[in-house]
Formats: sequence, structure tokens, C-alpha cells
Amino acid sequence: MIDFYLQLPPLVQGLLKGLAVICVIFPIGGVCSMAERKVSAWIQGRPGPNRAIPPWFAWVPFLGKFLQRLGLFHVMADGGKMLFKEDPIPGHVNKFYFVLAPVLAMMPALTTVTTVPFGAYLDARGQVTPLGLANVDIGLLAVFAVASLGVYSLILAGWASNSKYPFLGGVRASAQLISYELSLTLSVLPVFLWVNAPGTAGTMSLARVVEFQSQPGFLGGMWFIFLMPVAALVFMISLFAETNRHPFDMAEGEADLVGGFHTEYGAFKWGLFFVAEYAHMLVGSAVFTLLFLGGWNPLPWVPLATVAGWLAALHPLLGHPIAIGLVSIAIFLAKVLALIFFFMWVRWTIPRFRYDQVMEMGWKKLLPLAIANLVFYMVAIAILQR
Amino acid sequence: MNLPSLLFSGFLILTLVSALGVVLNRNAVNAAMCLLLCLVGVAGLFVALDAYLLAFLLLLVYAGAIVALFLFIVMLLDARGDARPSLHRLPLAARVVAGLLVLAGVASFLLRGRLPSPEVAALPAAGAALKPYAYQLFTTYLLPVQILGFLLLIAMIGVIVLSRKFVPIEEGS
Repeated sequence: MIDFYLQLPPLVQGLLKGLAVICVIFPIGGVCSMAERKVSAWIQGRPGPNRAIPPWFAWVPFLGKFLQRLGLFHVMADGGKMLFKEDPIPGHVNKFYFVLAPVLAMMPALTTVTTVPFGAYLDARGQVTPLGLANVDIGLLAVFAVASLGVYSLILAGWASNSKYPFLGGVRASAQLISYELSLTLSVLPVFLWVNAPGTAGTMSLARVVEFQSQPGFLGGMWFIFLMPVAALVFMISLFAETNRHPFDMAEGEADLVGGFHTEYGAFKWGLFFVAEYAHMLVGSAVFTLLFLGGWNPLPWVPLATVAGWLAALHPLLGHPIAIGLVSIAIFLAKVLALIFFFMWVRWTIPRFRYDQVMEMGWKKLLPLAIANLVFYMVAIAILQR
Repeated sequence: MNLPSLLFSGFLILTLVSALGVVLNRNAVNAAMCLLLCLVGVAGLFVALDAYLLAFLLLLVYAGAIVALFLFIVMLLDARGDARPSLHRLPLAARVVAGLLVLAGVASFLLRGRLPSPEVAALPAAGAALKPYAYQLFTTYLLPVQILGFLLLIAMIGVIVLSRKFVPIEEGS
């Protein structure tokens, strides 16, 4: 099996790896939409979706009822509905861009995954080696660059719909995404100033950031969220704005814009926008986890290598690289999903901002805060690392 | 033909075709989208030349922000393609000058547009990694960077002054 895989040409290997990761991201996006409904119901004190169940599952005595209450089958019911219902294209739209926009929404989300490492294993020499599709030297820059292309799907969807509310949604989205990109980029600079100690080769690799958070010692094992809380806060808020999440979902504010940029969309094209939003959240949460929450290290000051040692002492099979890899991926995914829960929690707790508040917050509060934060850490790191 | 050179040719064709699309399209939104494709093609060329940093900076700054702003403006002004003046109404002098400029550009490209020697081509690209790039910015190109920064600052202040509504102070109030 492994021999057969290794003798494939590298292009096919890369394609297979990419497909494997997409096969994980896409369903998680779908399940997240379900989780959102369930979390909202939980926060608002109502049962939420709890009806759909295929007949043969209803025959299972205890588990069937439990899964029905959990609303798990609504994912499949909703997905099937969106795939098979009629997919109308209104007569007044620009057809090419109207169809292109939902596709463009998915593309950056699935492309950025290639540069995000999602786990690690111990190789034969006991070195922690990151797992990921491509561990490139400019990691985070690549994520930001490709993610910034996501704005086109919103602009084009708004423009191609050729009606008033989608257009306003598209215009709002483009202004908002460009504004918050500044504070997003500025807020991560202290992290890389700290990671790129003098004398080392300059890197923006995300795996290197995690490596830096798993060093021995008090300062070495500290997650960056404790070391740079303001940077983490600015990054988090900008992430909310960049993924168009509530309280920043100006582009689709249904109270004033009907549905915003996706007013004219229906069926699976609308579903693609929806899944793309969750895929963006997934990638954003993954980057936040890597930068500020220690990546695949289970706890602050407890790196993965230590846990691997404990596991190996427990049972030799648990020390196998594959077992360690699975454990690291599980830890990483748990953190990412917890962050996504945080996204939902905020959505159902805080009311939406007004558009002028969004702009004022981005330019007059977050940007100066990010710059002040950068200057502070520049001075502090220059003194510490001299 | 191996994969890298195949990719290079692919991105080359993409860049050229979409660049033509920018110039020839009558619809401003189509032109902006062609510009976006063209920039993506150039970024692909940079990747094929091992200048990864330049490729992603190009995507981040130009494709991610500047073309988005272009589109934003095009949509705000609701510019239609048919509002553009046709080429035939340009004065003769302008046409001659434009033609001469294009000719001069093509001629200089044909005469001198090749790398002088293989040694130069074999040098590591300054845009390949973070450190050499930053080093160049803070040493060789420090003055241009500063001057450009000031130019942008002047432009920004100019925009603020121009777009601000000055309310005349009424006498006696």
C-alpha cells in the first residue's frame, strides 16, 4: 500500500494529499452549519433541529433517538435539499459572474489549507516534524495573500446580481475586508519579530511558530496568547471581520439588506457561500491556534514531545509515529473546533454593529492599537534579544 | 517538456492573454477581472522563477487590495463600457505619439531585452526569501522606499484636504 503510494508520480501524490484534506474540510464546513443551528438553539433556550431521521436509524433502540435529538441527520437532509432543489438564475443578472462568485468563494478557503500545518509526529531521531501539505518558508504570508482574494467573490456576487441590496452588500464587504486586513497583518508582526531571533534565517513559517512555543523553560513554553494578549485580541477581532462573521456581517445584514450579497442566490450556489464562510472560519481558527494557542501542544508548558514520551511509556504501540500524529491532529482539531464554538457563541450573544461603527472601530481603534502594540514589542524584543 | 517549464509557459500564456483582455475589454468590470488574472499569472511566473516572496507580495498587495479597490470604484461610479471614448476620436498627434511610444518599447525590448549572461541569471533572486529582500529594502533601496512613502503621505493628505467639506464660518455666530 505504502510502496504503491510512493511509486506514484509526485504530482499525483500531491493531488491525493490535497484531496484528502479537502475531504475533511468540506464536511466539517457542513457539520459546522448544523452545529451553528444547535448552538444558537442552546443559547436561546430552545430544542433546535431534532426531527429528521432515516427510518432504519429509528429502529436502533437508544442511539437512533439520541442522534435524532442531536439533529445530526439535518446535515444530510439540508445538503440533499440544496443539491436537488431547483437552482434558478434570475433574468436580470450577469450570468458569468453570478455563477463564478460562489466558486470563487470556495477557492481561497480550500487553497490556503495547503500552507497550514495541522499536526506533528516524532521521526526516527525523536525530532518533532510538522504534518502539512506544504511547509513553505513564507507560510503565513501565503495564507494572507490567498485569503485576501476572497473579497472578489463578495464583490462579484453583489455586482453580478444587478439589484440594489446585493450591490450595497458587495460594496460594504469590499470596504470592510480591505480595512481590517491592515490590523490583521499588523497584529501578527510581533509574533514573527519574536520568532525570528537575530542570527537565524528569516522565516514566516507557521510550523516554526509552534516549534517556538514548545521550547523548555518558562518563557519558551509559554503560548503567545499569554505573551502577546493584545496582538491576539486584535487578530481575533480582525478575523471576525475578515470572515464576515457576526457582529461584523455587514455584507449580509438581513435587517437592512435582506440577505446582502447573496440575496439573489438559491439552492447549492447559496450553500457554497455558506460552506465557504465556515471553511474560512476553519482556516482562520487554525492560523489563530498555530500563532497564539500553541498549535498541537496539548497545554502551555507541556509540549507534544513530552506527551509522546508518556504515551510511549504507557504502551510501545502508542509511541508509534502514526499514533503520535493522530494524537497531535486530535489536539489541534479540538482547539480549532473550540475556537469555532467561540465564533458561534459571539454570534448569538452580541448584537450586530452599525456600518459606521465597524469603520470607526477598524480605522480609529484597532489600527492604532495594532501599531502601538507593534512598537511596544519592537522595543521590548530589541531589549530582550540583544 | 518537464513540469516547471510547462507551468511557466502556461502562466506566460495566461498573463499575456489576460493582459490583452485588460486593454481590449469595453466593460470596465471585465477589464478589472482580467487585470486580476494577469496579476495571478505574473505571480505564477515569479513562483516558477523561485521568487516566492515576490509572488505572494504581489498577490497580497495588488491582487488582494488594489484591484479590489479598482472594482469598488468602478462599481461606485457604475462605469459602463460604452461610455468610454472610442479611439477614432483622439487627435492625430496623440495617436502618432502613442504609436511611436509602443514602437520604441517593442524595439528596445527586441534589441536589449535579454539577460546579459548566464552568470547573472544563476544568481539567487533577491525576492526568494525574506531576509535578503528585507536587507535590500533597508540598504540599497532605502532612499526610494522613503521617497515613495512620503509621496504616498502627500497623496493621502491631499485626498483628505480635497474631499473635506469646509464650512464657512458665518459672521456673528
